[in-house]
Amino acid sequence: MSSNDSIKIVWVYPDLLSTYGDQGNCIVLERRAALRGIRTRTVHVRSDETVPVDGDIYLLGGGEDRPQILAARRLHGDGGLHRARDFGAVIFAVCAGYQLLGTEFGGEEGQPVQGLGLLDIRSSRGQQRAVGEIVGDVDQALNVPRITGFENHQGVTHLGPGVKPLARVVHGIGNGDGHEGAYQGHVIGTYMHGPALVRNPGLADLLLRWAVKHDLPPIAESWSERLREERLRVVLG
Amino acid sequence: MFQANPEEQESMSDLPLRAQMAVALGRTAAKMSRLAGRGDGSVIGGRIGLKLDPELLTRLARDRNLVLVSATNGKTTTTRLITAAMTPLGQVATNAFGANMPTGHVSALAAAPDAKYGVLECDEKYVPMVLRETGANVVALMNLSRDQMDRAAEIWLLAGKWRKALEAAPDSHVIANCDDPLVTWGAATAKSVTWVAAGQHWREDSWSCPECGGPLDREGTNWACRECSFARPKPDWILHGGRVTAPGGRTYELSSLQLPGRANRSNAVIALAVVARFGVEPDVALPLLGQVKSVAGRYTTVEHEGRRIRLLLSKNPAGWLEAFDVLQPAPGPVALAINAQGPDGRDTSWLWDVDYRILRGRPVWATGERRLDLAARLEAAEVEFTLVEDIEQAVMAVPPGHLDVIANYTAFQDIRTRYGRVV
Repeated sequence: MSSNDSIKIVWVYPDLLSTYGDQGNCIVLERRAALRGIRTRTVHVRSDETVPVDGDIYLLGGGEDRPQILAARRLHGDGGLHRARDFGAVIFAVCAGYQLLGTEFGGEEGQPVQGLGLLDIRSSRGQQRAVGEIVGDVDQALNVPRITGFENHQGVTHLGPGVKPLARVVHGIGNGDGHEGAYQGHVIGTYMHGPALVRNPGLADLLLRWAVKHDLPPIAESWSERLREERLRVVLG
Repeated sequence: MFQANPEEQESMSDLPLRAQMAVALGRTAAKMSRLAGRGDGSVIGGRIGLKLDPELLTRLARDRNLVLVSATNGKTTTTRLITAAMTPLGQVATNAFGANMPTGHVSALAAAPDAKYGVLECDEKYVPMVLRETGANVVALMNLSRDQMDRAAEIWLLAGKWRKALEAAPDSHVIANCDDPLVTWGAATAKSVTWVAAGQHWREDSWSCPECGGPLDREGTNWACRECSFARPKPDWILHGGRVTAPGGRTYELSSLQLPGRANRSNAVIALAVVARFGVEPDVALPLLGQVKSVAGRYTTVEHEGRRIRLLLSKNPAGWLEAFDVLQPAPGPVALAINAQGPDGRDTSWLWDVDYRILRGRPVWATGERRLDLAARLEAAEVEFTLVEDIEQAVMAVPPGHLDVIANYTAFQDIRTRYGRVV
C-alpha cells in the first residue's frame, strides 16, 4: 500500500439519478479508502455541468423513468463518461443507472430509448415490478463474496456477448434470467439499488482495488459486516 | 339485528336505506374492533361500509364542506390544526388518527353525520379518487419528497396524477405550498389556487424542473426553470421565520403555537390559509392552533422513571431533517429507533439520505428491528453510539432528565404503546 494513493470519485448527476440513498455508495468508498490511508476527493456533477474525464471511480444512481431518459441524453451529448472509460476509469451503476449504461432501455411508456452503450446489455420493461431482497453469488473471476441488496425495478435485462453477469441469483429477480447485474472491463451495473456497497464491502473494495491498481489490506470488521450477515441470514433462512 | 340508534337514523334519513345499513354495520364492526383492542376500528368499519355500498363515500360527503389534506409529511398534524381552527364553524368530521384512505374517510364521516364540515387527511396516492368521490371544496397540498419507495409511487408520477385530478375538478379550490416546486406543478392545473410560501428544507427531490426536466435555479426563496417558463408563483401567504403575512399584508406572530419547529410553522400557515377560505380569520384561528399540543402521540412527552421522554416521528429523509430541527440543544441525549415493516417500507436505503453527522457529540442510542442498518449508517457518519436491544435500555441508560426519541412509524407505535398511549 502506498500512502501516496489518491483517487477522485465522481458522482454523476445526483440531481437526476439519486432516488433512495444512492449517496451511500460515495460515503462507503470514501470511508473504506480513508481507513487505508487513501485520500479521496469526491465531486458531485449536476446534469447542467460537464462530466470530468479525470475521475477514477464514477457512480451512477437510480432514477424515475423521465430523469433516466434525460440523464442518458445528456451523458450522450457530454461524452465525458465514455472518455473516462477509455482512460480506464471504474464505473459503478445501480438500477436506472445500470440500464442506461446499456445499448437500450425502456422509457415511461415502454418505448425503447437509446442508452450509452458502455455495457453490452439491452433492457426493457417487464410485466411485474421486482421489489425485495436480492442475493447473488458473484462471478468467480471477480473474487468477491456473495452480494446482498434490495431491488426495486420493473426492468428485464438481456446480456449481450460483450458482458459477463455480475452474479447468479440465489434470491430475488435481478436481470430476469437467473442472473443479476453485468460487468464489462471495469464497468459494473447492478439492480441492487441505492446504497448497494453498504452491505457489500467486498464489492466496494473491488472498485477501490481497480482504481488504485493494487491489492488492499483488509480492514477491521465493521457494523456493515454484521448487517450483511444479518440480512443474509434473514433472507436465506 | 344491527340497528343505528334513533338520533342517527333521524339525521341520516336522507341517505338511501342501503347506505344507512352500510353505515350502521360499519359502525358496529368498528365498535367490536375497539372492544377487541384492535385499534380505533376506523379501517375495518369503513371497509365493511364500502363493501355494502361502494358509493358510500360520495353519499356521506354530499352537502358538506370538505377539506382534503395531503403531503408526504405533516398531513396528520395539519389535519389536526385545521380541524382545531374550524371549531367556530360548528361540528367538524375528521379522521384524526391517520386512517387516511377511503375506509378511514367513510368512518370519519359516518361518525359525525351532522357535521357540516369535514377535514380529511388523504394519502397522496388516493387524492384523485377521494377528490372524485367527495368533490371536496378545498384541497391542501404541502410537500412531496422521497418516501417508502418499495410501496409508494414515484413522486413525479404522483404529482402528474394530482394534475389530472385537479383539472377535472374545477369547483375545488387548492391551497398549495409554492416553495415546493413539485407540489406547485402538481397543483398548477387547478382552476383556482391560493399559493402559500410555507417553506421547503429538504431540496434533494427538486433539482430539476417537473415540467421540462431542465435545471431549477434558486435565489433566496425564489426558484425558476432555466429552460422553460415554469417558476415559483407569487405567494398569497408568506411564512417568514415565526411570522406569517396574510393576503393584504397584515402580519401575525406564530408564537402561540405549542407544536415545535419550523415544520409545524409550515403546517400552521397552511392551516391558516385553509380556514380563512371558510371565513375564519387568523385572529380567531391562531389561539385555536395554540391549543394543539400533540398529535396522535407525536411530540408527546411521557414521564418514566424520572426521564422525560419526548417522542418524535420521522418516516423519511425530509422528516428527519425536521426532527433534528426540534431536538434539545446538544449534548442532549437522543435515541433512534428504526423498523422496516410494511408501513415503514421494507427498504432502509433512505437512511443514507439522512445526514446524521448533526448528532456528533451527543450521547446516541440506536435500537429497533433494523438497528444494524442504523449502526452501519451512524458508523459511516462517524457518530458515536450505543446499540441497545430495546428502547427501555436506552431510557434507563440516560440520567434522569430529558430524552428525545426519533422513530419511524412502527417503531414509534411500539414505543408509544410501551409508555402508554397518550394522545
